Amino acid sequence: MNDASKVGSAIALRPDLAAIADMIPPSTRVLDIGCGDGALLEYLVRVKSVDGRGLELSQHNVNQCVARGLSVVQGDADTDLGEYPSGVFDIVILSQTIQATERPRYVLQELLRIGKHTIVSFPNFGHWRVRLSLALRGRMPVTRTLGHAWYDTPNIHLCTIHDFLALAREVGARIEQTLSLNERQRTRAMRPDAWHPNLFAQGAIFLLAKR
Amino acid sequence: MAEIIHPRFQRPLKAPAENLGEVLKFGPENPLVLDSGQRLAPLTIAYMTYGTLNEERSNAVLIVHALSGDQFVASTHPVTGKPGWWDLAVGPGKPIDTNRFFVICANVVGGCMGTTGPGDIDPSTGETYGPKFPVVTIRDMVRAQAMLLDALGIEQLLSVLGGSMGGMQVLQWAASYPERVFSAMPIATAARHSAQNIAFNEVGRQAIMADPEWRGGNYASTGNNPSKGLAVARMAAHITYLSEAALQRKFGRLLQDREAVSFGFDADFQIESYLRHQGMTFVDRFDANSYLYITRAMDYFDLAADYGGVLAEAFRGSKTRFCLVSFTSDWLFPTSENKRIAHALNAAGANVSFVEIASDRGHDAFLLDEPELFDTIRGFLSAAAYTKGFK
Repeated sequence: MNDASKVGSAIALRPDLAAIADMIPPSTRVLDIGCGDGALLEYLVRVKSVDGRGLELSQHNVNQCVARGLSVVQGDADTDLGEYPSGVFDIVILSQTIQATERPRYVLQELLRIGKHTIVSFPNFGHWRVRLSLALRGRMPVTRTLGHAWYDTPNIHLCTIHDFLALAREVGARIEQTLSLNERQRTRAMRPDAWHPNLFAQGAIFLLAKR
Repeated sequence: MAEIIHPRFQRPLKAPAENLGEVLKFGPENPLVLDSGQRLAPLTIAYMTYGTLNEERSNAVLIVHALSGDQFVASTHPVTGKPGWWDLAVGPGKPIDTNRFFVICANVVGGCMGTTGPGDIDPSTGETYGPKFPVVTIRDMVRAQAMLLDALGIEQLLSVLGGSMGGMQVLQWAASYPERVFSAMPIATAARHSAQNIAFNEVGRQAIMADPEWRGGNYASTGNNPSKGLAVARMAAHITYLSEAALQRKFGRLLQDREAVSFGFDADFQIESYLRHQGMTFVDRFDANSYLYITRAMDYFDLAADYGGVLAEAFRGSKTRFCLVSFTSDWLFPTSENKRIAHALNAAGANVSFVEIASDRGHDAFLLDEPELFDTIRGFLSAAAYTKGFK
């Protein structure tokens, strides 16, 4: 069914997306970059009444989003963020995408420019399984969150929580909230500079703002 | 060449005046003020409506037609007897669902299906306007449509949709009357006519004007039409609506009702026969002068030029929800032109979606059975209706 009025509040979100949704106040203006099939965006629009927009690389996904009644344009975070005016969005989301961009530093700077707040989630390359795979097996890790072989992975700029923290500080972001995501997909608050989330968290979610 | 001189070409074009749908007349006290500075009065607007306007008057959807279109978007054409030009998309239960929406489609100013155009009588002379008809623009067409909506008592449209030249009108609507357009879907269009597109239009116009029956545009009194010229114009234009792949798939080098080439200039190839047929049937329903005027309106269209050369300025502060659609094999209004509009809308901070649909059927894809287009329209209109607050 494409009927937007029938898409109710009973949308089950993936836990990491639900954690992001919890960070977003109702009725705000949100841009979801790399919005995929629009699951998070649809939830935000229908349940939280946000004014939501999406940018998505895959044309197939874009067409699906629009057929679901979402406002999404086809585009590439590496090249197309420049056309967005500064500060027009309350929150810009980059969910599980930064590791697949060509210029993560530029993308992060653009996010901070476009949004009053920025949410970035990414898989943690410092996770012990990743470290173990490389250290003991001597092979590039293929895990549940990083399910690609080295030769066909879209994830060309993987980082650890500490790596991302360093980049965020370097581009002058204020870190407002940080969550870790464990193997059971549960989120909890974390100190991003502590050693244990960097070893045990499968992923992380940062809420940032321009300083 | 014998086949192209067909007896029907010699027949005068007769508009079936009794079948033009609904008609609205504006007297001399209500002129249409044109971009050229001239005033067009009296003005007749011929239009069709489908579905029912709800009590809040909030479910009106305006469909704007392309160069050779008309108001018969979803009803049998009074001249050709064929289904409406967007019958696939408009009707009960269809993507533009007339059970939910009140659909309006009007013939453009300068047209030849009942709205005032060069084939009508100039009240100042008592004769057919012909070449004395003022040059009209896309904005003039939209102004006339706004007069129609005023008369119908519709303050805000739930949506304006159209492809090709219709898309130009959609963009002009959103720029000229942002508060009256809740959502807008320009399909396979551009914010300015490209040099290549002006060039193709000029070929068509020259074909018409080279026809001796055109007589400087004053052919109405002769009882003849420059049908040969108009047919050639249509043939040339029709090629631009298709794609190389579609032509190859449909026709290749297949011969028309013969085993071998004739060593002459008959329509040996099926593609020739097909184009001749397209030209011949077009002249039955279209006026040559209207073709000149409407193609000119497209050529003059450059939305950014009205806003200091910055397209984004045309949409500054707009609250309209936009959805742009292009087709991969459309080389007349390619994805790049549509994307340019999407970029400008993003820069203006507008609410925009952009969908590119994979199809090998060229520009014409927007009129054909393209399920992805229909899903897009359905989803976009449903979301607009939902956001505007009715089921």
